[in-house]
Amino acid sequence: MSNETAGAEHAAEGGGLVFHPMDQFIVRPLFGDTIAWYTPTNVTLWMGLSILAIVVLLVLSTSKRAIVPSRGQSIAELAYGFVYKMVEDVAGKDGVKYFPYIMTLFMFIVCANFLGLLPMSFTTTSHIAVTAVMAMAVFLTVTILGFYLNGFGFLNIFWIKQAPLVLRPILALIEIISYFVRPVSHSIRLAGNMMAGHAVIKVFAGFAAVAAIAPVSIAAISAIYALEVLVSFIQAYVFAILTCVYLKDALHPHH
Amino acid sequence: MEVEAATLVGDGLKYMGAGLACTGMGGAAVGVGHVVGNYLSGALRNPSAAGGQTATMFIGIAFSEALGIFSFLVALLLMFAV
Repeated sequence: MSNETAGAEHAAEGGGLVFHPMDQFIVRPLFGDTIAWYTPTNVTLWMGLSILAIVVLLVLSTSKRAIVPSRGQSIAELAYGFVYKMVEDVAGKDGVKYFPYIMTLFMFIVCANFLGLLPMSFTTTSHIAVTAVMAMAVFLTVTILGFYLNGFGFLNIFWIKQAPLVLRPILALIEIISYFVRPVSHSIRLAGNMMAGHAVIKVFAGFAAVAAIAPVSIAAISAIYALEVLVSFIQAYVFAILTCVYLKDALHPHH
Repeated sequence: MEVEAATLVGDGLKYMGAGLACTGMGGAAVGVGHVVGNYLSGALRNPSAAGGQTATMFIGIAFSEALGIFSFLVALLLMFAV
């Protein structure tokens, strides 16, 4: 999105916000000015930091394997148990085989979302380029896995046996469309939620410069920030649980 | 002169379109409220079954919320990409 110019124009106008609320999503190289595929940018920096956070949480804090867990170890155990139960409940017993994949997705998204909430940080999951890769990976995994496990029987998810015969072709058409919209909605949901929340916080932060409404604005920022902490977690949860739902389709295509 | 006027009108219409796209958020709000409200009324009638259905509620929220996010995306595209 080319909003660098929009932000500059906005600032030049004088009135209104001093900074553009979308400026926080600009990808900037850490060193130099040009961006090539190998350039370390703020996106790669915060992605690396979120992976580092996962390693610290899941590897370092559990390395002692204490019977009475420390704080870090109990958080890691809670996260593991939470995701494991989710996979087992939604995808079924034979979906547990794919638990590591869903745990990886969940931990990466939740860490990236939470790190993005730090002031002056960069939210990697607010970019569709990042979420689309994850969503397309899930989509391709589910499609290939479905055909691999069931052969052409996988196409049964489009042919609903419970419906009357007259309705089945129409339902099949709707099901096929909704199947191919899955990666789009899967990625845009996460990116849109993160982007919208952060942009709203920045808009209210712009009003804090006006002395008359500053207290209201600061209270609003605090309230929205609390909401964003909740949204960060819920969006990671929703991403993971939808992956489980799609996985269930691949494992059991007979509704 | 006429070209300038045309670009100004075009810009105005772009902002109008972005504003109109935001009405879609109202639809998403109604949808999410409907899902959660029905979950809550069901949960109060039968609290023992509520715990098992929270995941389903979140899936429902996610599906109806996605359409609201689409309208937000249309607004963003109109503002910055078109």
